[in-house]
Amino acid sequence: MESTILSEKHTGTSFFSRFRTWLGEAVPILVLIFWSIIALFPIYLILVNAFKERKSIFRLPFAIPSEETFSLVGFETVNARSSFDTYFLNSIIVTVFALALTLLFGTMASFALAQYKFKGSTIVSLVFSIGIMIPIRLATVGILRLMVNLKLTNTLWALIIVYIAQSLPMTIFILSSFMRQVPQELIHAARVDGASEYRIYWLVLPLIRPALGAIGIFTMIPIWNDLWWPLILAPSRDTATVTLGAQQFLGQYMTDWNAILASMTMSIVPVLIFYFIFSKQMIKSITSGALKS
Amino acid sequence: MTGYFKSRKAFPWHIVVFLAPALIVYVVVMVIPLLDSLSLSFFTENPANVKENIFAGLSNYKYLFTDNYYAPIFWGALKHNIVFFLVHMLVQNPIGLLLAGILAKGGKLRTFFRTILFIPTILSFVLVAFVWKLILSPIWGVSKTILGLFSLEGLFQPWLGLESSALITCSLISVWQYIGTPMILFYTALIAIPDELLEAAKVDGANPWLIFWKIKFPLIVPTVGLVSMMTFVGNFNAFDLIYTMQGALAGPNFSTDIMGTLFYRTFFGQQQQMPNQTLGATIATMQFVIILIGVVIYMVWQKRTTVYEY
Repeated sequence: MESTILSEKHTGTSFFSRFRTWLGEAVPILVLIFWSIIALFPIYLILVNAFKERKSIFRLPFAIPSEETFSLVGFETVNARSSFDTYFLNSIIVTVFALALTLLFGTMASFALAQYKFKGSTIVSLVFSIGIMIPIRLATVGILRLMVNLKLTNTLWALIIVYIAQSLPMTIFILSSFMRQVPQELIHAARVDGASEYRIYWLVLPLIRPALGAIGIFTMIPIWNDLWWPLILAPSRDTATVTLGAQQFLGQYMTDWNAILASMTMSIVPVLIFYFIFSKQMIKSITSGALKS
Repeated sequence: MTGYFKSRKAFPWHIVVFLAPALIVYVVVMVIPLLDSLSLSFFTENPANVKENIFAGLSNYKYLFTDNYYAPIFWGALKHNIVFFLVHMLVQNPIGLLLAGILAKGGKLRTFFRTILFIPTILSFVLVAFVWKLILSPIWGVSKTILGLFSLEGLFQPWLGLESSALITCSLISVWQYIGTPMILFYTALIAIPDELLEAAKVDGANPWLIFWKIKFPLIVPTVGLVSMMTFVGNFNAFDLIYTMQGALAGPNFSTDIMGTLFYRTFFGQQQQMPNQTLGATIATMQFVIILIGVVIYMVWQKRTTVYEY
């Protein structure tokens, strides 16, 4: 009895406060919806228009393709006039090799920096940590001269090596903090059992697997998307990556709307698929502090 | 103690083996080329023999700062780069903070939005540039139609083609893409704040706005600093977006020229301009100095700021 009176009194007096609570709930969601539209609308426009014939791209740019407007002519042009398959292959080779070697070299170095006390360890850590803040692009002049001397220009190796150097500082920085958290008893026990240091490294690796996943994803995206190094070190047709290939193709065919929309779709879709598969892990790994230290 | 004597016994080859691959790649491909670039800025090409450089002291710098033709271009690029950075600081980071603040409340719906809002950030600059080039193109007329929905079609201008608006437009497109980074960093910092710290304020009936500014914001100040530093470094090193959107000449009439495009043009040459490696190295050195100043300011500031551990 008492409680009903109380609650009635509560609802009675608080139309205004209820309105305010509702507002407090609704406005933030509206802000999110608004920005989501801003974020997605450009991508939507590209994807729907890539599958339309030319006239409808201009007449009905916002509509999704219908039976009458559907056309794949853009994709046919892209297939005929450019070598996107080569570009994809190049990007995959570069990304996979750079990533694998970054993780290998990065785990080795961070294992040493975290597990051993030795002369010069501070200097080595310091040298690597400079690379976290100073972008490798500032060394472009020297890197190009180096690659010319090594006769590596217009090879995928040039890109792979530069991407390893680019990714190592952050990788080592993050991995070192993980390596330090590896229980020392485990390492001691292994040593007592007569395991070599290399064997211990191998035993430690599975323990830091979650960090490796996060670093892997965050190393991959900038490599896949990079324009600078392919443009400078390997601009030839045979070594172009997807990003450079798309850039050149788009510049050349600026007036063929079907072709440019199709080629953009071909570059966006793999990244989107990759993102939707890994987005949960990706964001979880940042927010759980895997990338903080 | 035992560890010390142990390491004395035999030379620790395993440490060398573990460190060598990373250290060699990093030193050979990053450290030495960086030093090489910096030192090249003190040389100039020998007119008699192009393969050879001769020591020239500070003459490249003097040329860059005072030459009648080149100095205005350099100072222009620097000015544009500062504007580019300020737009990011004033638009990208506050909106990123706002979105992060909303997302940090948690819940299924917000998790969904978090995934959506991060999408532009994973795309390449090249794609982003072309997407927006098409959308803003007067030929397609999409933006005009959208403005028409609000009866604002009169406002439409070919923004990318006008000297007065091209730089701001490019900056805002970069903001559109990059907003996910500050958003997710702020978000991480906000959800790390323990509830106990907020309970007391909530019991006292403080409104969310006040809680945010009086309690949460001071706690995430270290992240604000980190985001500012990352924005600074990223912006003074930017290139891809402007190059793809406006070309190496950063038109119209150099109005979108930033340090990255100026470096590219100078180093590789463009149209009538001959490539000039040493002047290119000088511009890269200027970028290095600017970024270094930013990083040092950040590190000094960081040392002085209290970091709350919870």
